Amino acid sequence: MIKRMLTLIAVLAVVAASCGGGDDSASAADCGVDEVDGDLNFYNWSEYIDPDLLTAFQDQYGVTVTESFYDSNETMLSQIQGGVSYDLIVPSDYMVAIMIEEGLLIELNKDAIPNFENMDPQFTSQPYDNGAKYSAAYQYGTTGLGVNLAATGEDVPHSWALIFDPELTANFPGGVSVLNDPRETMGAALEYLGYSLNDTNLDHLAEATEVIKKAKANIATFDSDQYDEALVAGEVAVAQGYSGNMIVSIGEADNPDDFIYILPEEGATLWIDNMAVPTNSQSVCTAHTFINFLLDAENGAALTNWNYYGSPNAASVPFLDQEVVDFYADTASAKTEVIESQGDYEINYTDALAEAKS
Amino acid sequence: MPTDVDQVDPAQTVVTPELERDAERAQARRGLLIAAPSWLYLTLFFAIPLVIVFVYSFASRSSTGLTVLENWNLHSYRRLFDPLVAEIAFRSFVLAVATTLICLIASYPLAYYMATRPPRYRNILIILVMIPFWSNFLVRTYAWRVLLGSDGPISQISQALGGEPIRILFTNTAVLIGLVYGFLPFMVLPLFAALDRMDWSLIEAGRDLYANGRRAFLKITLPLSMPGVIAGSILVFIPTLGAYVTPAILGGARTTLLGDYIVSQFLSARNQPFGSALSVAVMSIMLLATVIYFRRGARTL
Repeated sequence: MIKRMLTLIAVLAVVAASCGGGDDSASAADCGVDEVDGDLNFYNWSEYIDPDLLTAFQDQYGVTVTESFYDSNETMLSQIQGGVSYDLIVPSDYMVAIMIEEGLLIELNKDAIPNFENMDPQFTSQPYDNGAKYSAAYQYGTTGLGVNLAATGEDVPHSWALIFDPELTANFPGGVSVLNDPRETMGAALEYLGYSLNDTNLDHLAEATEVIKKAKANIATFDSDQYDEALVAGEVAVAQGYSGNMIVSIGEADNPDDFIYILPEEGATLWIDNMAVPTNSQSVCTAHTFINFLLDAENGAALTNWNYYGSPNAASVPFLDQEVVDFYADTASAKTEVIESQGDYEINYTDALAEAKS
Repeated sequence: MPTDVDQVDPAQTVVTPELERDAERAQARRGLLIAAPSWLYLTLFFAIPLVIVFVYSFASRSSTGLTVLENWNLHSYRRLFDPLVAEIAFRSFVLAVATTLICLIASYPLAYYMATRPPRYRNILIILVMIPFWSNFLVRTYAWRVLLGSDGPISQISQALGGEPIRILFTNTAVLIGLVYGFLPFMVLPLFAALDRMDWSLIEAGRDLYANGRRAFLKITLPLSMPGVIAGSILVFIPTLGAYVTPAILGGARTTLLGDYIVSQFLSARNQPFGSALSVAVMSIMLLATVIYFRRGARTL
């Protein structure tokens, strides 16, 4: 009995030690190209990578990839902070900034990632990680408007007015759908007023709250999950939402030509998900090799052709499906902004949306 | 003088106070052993998380939105008195009261009907009430989306009768329908249990004493079924006050309710201390209300 207890204690100690692992020596990331130092624990958003790509990596490098899923940056953050060990994670822009500040990410060793040169320079100079020291862009997308032209009429302004101008939306059968996300929803209203979506002026935020209050009569739903289905089902005429979901749902609609996805001229959200290695990773080198693998031109194209989000991998463009290329063609030239973490001010966006919905 | 009662069986003379104490102790030990899994479960998954929520409510939020377990303060509790929070709480309260009342009014006749059927039919009726539980709550709520939508059967009937298409989806009415539908069994079953236990000969006695049906109901049936009314009301009121899924799916989250507001503190504002304080406040009020309700209920019965 005592023996068994001792074994148990020993096991627990090992588990505790491995959880608390990843000391500062890991930040050196002393890895060579194509080096693997263990199996890969990949913590990713769901439906975000072709399983065949993972199989290809496993076959090529003789390691096992275990993929786990999360549905929000906050969930992922709490797991990492709780000491759960993953080798590769995919945080969004603002979350990268938070994780760097909290010392949860290791600096990437670019020598081990020669394919990093395939990265579109636009994605290595983002404010959340200027110089891409800790992160490598995975995929990007935009937040814009899906429009059912059969319901709105062919001639629509490319503007947030499509969801916020009550005189316009009153004519839309079924009304419109707006995201239920404080930063995205308040951000769109701020953009509509001509401010930045990262604006931190309380008076401007109050104005934005008024915009939503006035528009609310024709806002059928505040929804971040079902908006694309509601749009193609004709339940709403216009829906604010994310590019990838829109392109997939519009493509699967009975009458895809009736629908367009637009980026409002006042400015839209550009968001970028990034690969990063947490400090408690057990297979830092495998993680580097995997990043290098995905930044390969053809593998990057395979990733994009499967999940239909935008590719930061410039070399992959020749291998992309024309449909995806067309869809993101105007993103580069459009006015877009990346959401930045606004520290203590963040709670004001949440309260503003709660008040707008009162 | 020894009486018949005091004459003890020789076999029982060995029962000393010590032995009796030992037996009681053994019983207590067995009881503890039997209850151990429940205690362990409740401690791990109920008490400890609850303590964490309580502790977090006094912590502070770092500027990056992490919870800092120092600088203990009451700031989150002070924010509970914001007009915005009061308004959201009031709205949730009204919705919960409305849901509870509608459930009560709809369930009472049903439970009464069930309790007055022959035992054979009673069991079938109970199963019928419970059948919805066999499918997932989320799936059933999404089904209502189809029923209440502008292409749904309600709208189609209206159009067939020459009326306008009706969309109930994304209104407060839709939320109320969804909540009443979802929590009705929680009201029916306790009411049925109370009415089923009732001694129906009391009604007969009342009627023999010239009480009319209404009087017999108000003086006998209703008071005797009060434990069911109270239990059912609590079972419906508490989950509806914090309802999150139904308002989001059927109401389109168009009005902020407590559940939605608490979730947004954790997932958007990344303000765990305030989210915890809100949860602690809601739980405390619930607990207080439940205790008062039960105490008063117990005394009047």
